[in-house]
Amino acid sequence: MSLITTLARLEAVGSGRAQPVATVRHRHLSDHPLVFVPLTTAGETGAPLGALVGTDRDAPRLLVVPQPRDRDLRFTFLADLADVVLPHIEAYADSVEAAERTETDPETGKRVKVEAELCADAPQLIVPSRTGLDFVRLLGRSMRFRRTAEQDPDAPYPAPPRVPLLGRWLTHYGERARVPGSSLLLALTDVLSRHWATGQSGLEDQHLGALLAWIDPPEGTTGAEAARRAELARDADGQLLCPPAGPATDPAFDNKLLAPAIERYDRARTALAAAEDPVEADDLLAALTRAEREVRDLVESRTRPTWDAVWRGLDLLRALPAGAHVEGRWTRDRWSFTAHRDRVLAGEPPQPRRDDAVTAANKLATREREQARLEAQEALDDPLVMAERRLAGEAFAGEVTDVVMAYSEGRRPSPRPLVTVRTEDRPHLAERAKAYRSLGGRPQSAEFVGQEDDGALVLRILDKMGRGKEPEPGSVPEKGDRVCFTLFEHEQRGGAKLPDPEETPWTHGGPPGEPAPEAPDPVTEEDVL
Amino acid sequence: MTTVDVDPGAAAARATGAILHDTLHGGERGVVVDSPPGAGKSTLVVRAALELADAGRPLMVVAQTNAQVDDLVLRLAEKNPELPVGRLHSSDADAYDKALDALPQVRTSAKAADLKGLPVVLSTAAKWAHVKVDEPWRHAIVDEAYQMRSDSLLAVAGLFERALFVGDPGQLDPFAIVGSEQWAGLSYDPSASAVTTLLAHNPGLPQHRLPVSWRLPASAAPLVSDAFYPYTPFRSGTDHGDRRLTFAVPSDGSGPDRVIDEAAESGWGLLELPARHTPRTDPEAVRAVATVVRRLLDRGGAAVSERGPHPAPLTADRIAVGTAHRDQAAAVRAALAELGVPDVTVDTANRLQGREYDVTVVLHPLSGRPDATAFHLETGRLCVLASRHRHACIMVCRAGVTDLLDDYPSTEPVQLGTLVKFPDGWEANHAVLSHLAEHKVSWRV
Repeated sequence: MSLITTLARLEAVGSGRAQPVATVRHRHLSDHPLVFVPLTTAGETGAPLGALVGTDRDAPRLLVVPQPRDRDLRFTFLADLADVVLPHIEAYADSVEAAERTETDPETGKRVKVEAELCADAPQLIVPSRTGLDFVRLLGRSMRFRRTAEQDPDAPYPAPPRVPLLGRWLTHYGERARVPGSSLLLALTDVLSRHWATGQSGLEDQHLGALLAWIDPPEGTTGAEAARRAELARDADGQLLCPPAGPATDPAFDNKLLAPAIERYDRARTALAAAEDPVEADDLLAALTRAEREVRDLVESRTRPTWDAVWRGLDLLRALPAGAHVEGRWTRDRWSFTAHRDRVLAGEPPQPRRDDAVTAANKLATREREQARLEAQEALDDPLVMAERRLAGEAFAGEVTDVVMAYSEGRRPSPRPLVTVRTEDRPHLAERAKAYRSLGGRPQSAEFVGQEDDGALVLRILDKMGRGKEPEPGSVPEKGDRVCFTLFEHEQRGGAKLPDPEETPWTHGGPPGEPAPEAPDPVTEEDVL
Repeated sequence: MTTVDVDPGAAAARATGAILHDTLHGGERGVVVDSPPGAGKSTLVVRAALELADAGRPLMVVAQTNAQVDDLVLRLAEKNPELPVGRLHSSDADAYDKALDALPQVRTSAKAADLKGLPVVLSTAAKWAHVKVDEPWRHAIVDEAYQMRSDSLLAVAGLFERALFVGDPGQLDPFAIVGSEQWAGLSYDPSASAVTTLLAHNPGLPQHRLPVSWRLPASAAPLVSDAFYPYTPFRSGTDHGDRRLTFAVPSDGSGPDRVIDEAAESGWGLLELPARHTPRTDPEAVRAVATVVRRLLDRGGAAVSERGPHPAPLTADRIAVGTAHRDQAAAVRAALAELGVPDVTVDTANRLQGREYDVTVVLHPLSGRPDATAFHLETGRLCVLASRHRHACIMVCRAGVTDLLDDYPSTEPVQLGTLVKFPDGWEANHAVLSHLAEHKVSWRV
């Protein structure tokens, strides 16, 4: 934890309110995000119990599995989920704009620009918490290898038509969420804690109710009191007043309310199945509908508060202006969305269970690059984040006290002005260390020359001054200017190109061989409980 | 162990012989050499390079940093001034050590094509990754292979047919700045070390190790070997009494002077500050480190070793300070500047890897901390810090680290399919601290 975050947390404890650690919003927020509040069943990994999903905060769609162990009902849930999510995704897939993309020409091996389609916007998916992200991944993994009756007429338990496709999309979103700075799939608790520091631990911040209680406590209470209430307060029946944001549910809810309701549903279903008399069957059907209604009401009662909390959190975030680089990072998300749309359209198979060596290395390299890019951009976009870097000795701001013109040696001398900066910061500058400042959005590099007796830093400006002998106007800081230099680079260099998977070297097991379509998951005993 | 009674020089020569034999005449595509600290890894690399060049096999050498590459080029040039050597470098300014320009047999270029046909070409893994070739090199030497990441090897492995991988398994593991749990347990986990991946896919490759540390004194080798290399023990090339550290100025009775005397006598010293939770750049501990360095220089130290009959003065360039974090190193540098001590190397464990000094002063990674994170417990970090010295190592630490270790058992999640690294940092830290306790000096009496 950085010094400034520690301070912000201490101030949050002192003042009873979360303290801002950002002055701008560092993640893209769509105007029409698809919010997904899932619940899972205790005891079976990835068994959905229900969900609220939709883009309209006043009219979420409630999906419920009244008997979570029933595979048919689970498929119905997934098919319903696909009916909500896929049209939303597809609505974005068709609206495209022309763009350019650099590709490696297969014949010459050179990097060339090619015309490409880029989706004008991408659908954003928001879940309440980090465990929600894992659940999205899990759902994706459980669906994408399913076979529909059309794909495989012999499949013993064919999936509804669009379920495997939903699995592929959720997998893509889950995987994209691992890329630092991406916004296709966001966990609200992560985004909120990026912007506010509370007086509780990072682990406690993953409780959406408690986090919102710190950021926006109800009138007359402190964040600590409100958070405590959100976490622990129970009604006369022993139920939490603020249900957890899921997907896991509170055991007291499971034991006292959910389990009896599901049992009543089971009994009603068994009774209906055993009915022989049509008149009696009518009554039993009504009883079954009632029992199902009860489970639905229970699930809604536990998801609706979270649903409202998610939208409240989004309101809080929308009040912040977007950081300057947020749009650029969202464009990368749009590329990612477009690329997956193209893979689906091209009829490519679902994402494999495990990455091959080259894909894994490429993903890791991309994420490391994005992490470095995100850290640099957040600092450039936000003085409060830059202050954090300055305190850590990774940047410094100050006033220019002197500019001396100097030139490089060589046949064609270029300007290399020496700039003296007086700063109270204490950057970790080694001899000839590079420093960068933003000049109209482009990084200008300088070299640390030395420190004067009074502590002022002398830097030699190295580039972005034009081609002439004299620097272009405005390209060199002037006496009296406030400047901010960073010791980290603003832009990330692309890494080296890795070999193609079919050229995986012997050190990494050699080529993986012809890509065989992955077999569907085998049916296990657990699948037919 | 059958080599216990044999002369260390003979044991080392036998190991080197076997390595060179497997490299030059073996049938496998790779040879792996584990080298404990100061066991002559660079010497081995240079020797293997010269012999491969002699055998007429075009050789590429992959190291991890520019400093390591430059160092190897200089050593090669020193051993064989006739051998034409290529130094492939990046297109940045100051991409390589300007000392190379003075060597006529060394050709430097940012383009691999310019260096075509030279018997030996050296560069960093990062630069090699950009090189494209039609015909791979017959042979490669990969230096510091345990510090190289698997994905980095993936990018260069297509450039060579066979390779000698040399490295120290006890030093810091490579790391990724983003999570990579997703691939944990896969044989080609891109964040694992190059050697881990190599051996997972080629378990039959011959593996050797260098059995003798020429750097560590007889006082240090057993501790470092037991704490960090329990299954692959090594010993020191010198015996007790072969090295001596003496000071012209007698102790003034202060904590720093007493810990210096203890370390000169026994090879180890622990300067213990009162227990306290502190920020990372603990001002008292930083001042203690700086004071110890200042006194080391003021007291006119002289080091006697097997290298020569005369005592060598203990000068600033023979002393280093090691820390865990960069801000700690910066704080120590500032404190040294205040005490008027220039030219002493102060760096983090990552940057001190592969370096050697007469005396090291170490700010213990866990000193003053309220918690013991995986970073601070990492075995390799402590191993690097405790194995840079030829004569003595002085640790500066706040009391209470053993309690901290007991309060924080390792809580890292267990990943299926991964090799459990042993010893873990918890174990290694305890082993080192219990040994250092015998050489403890309190800051104030």
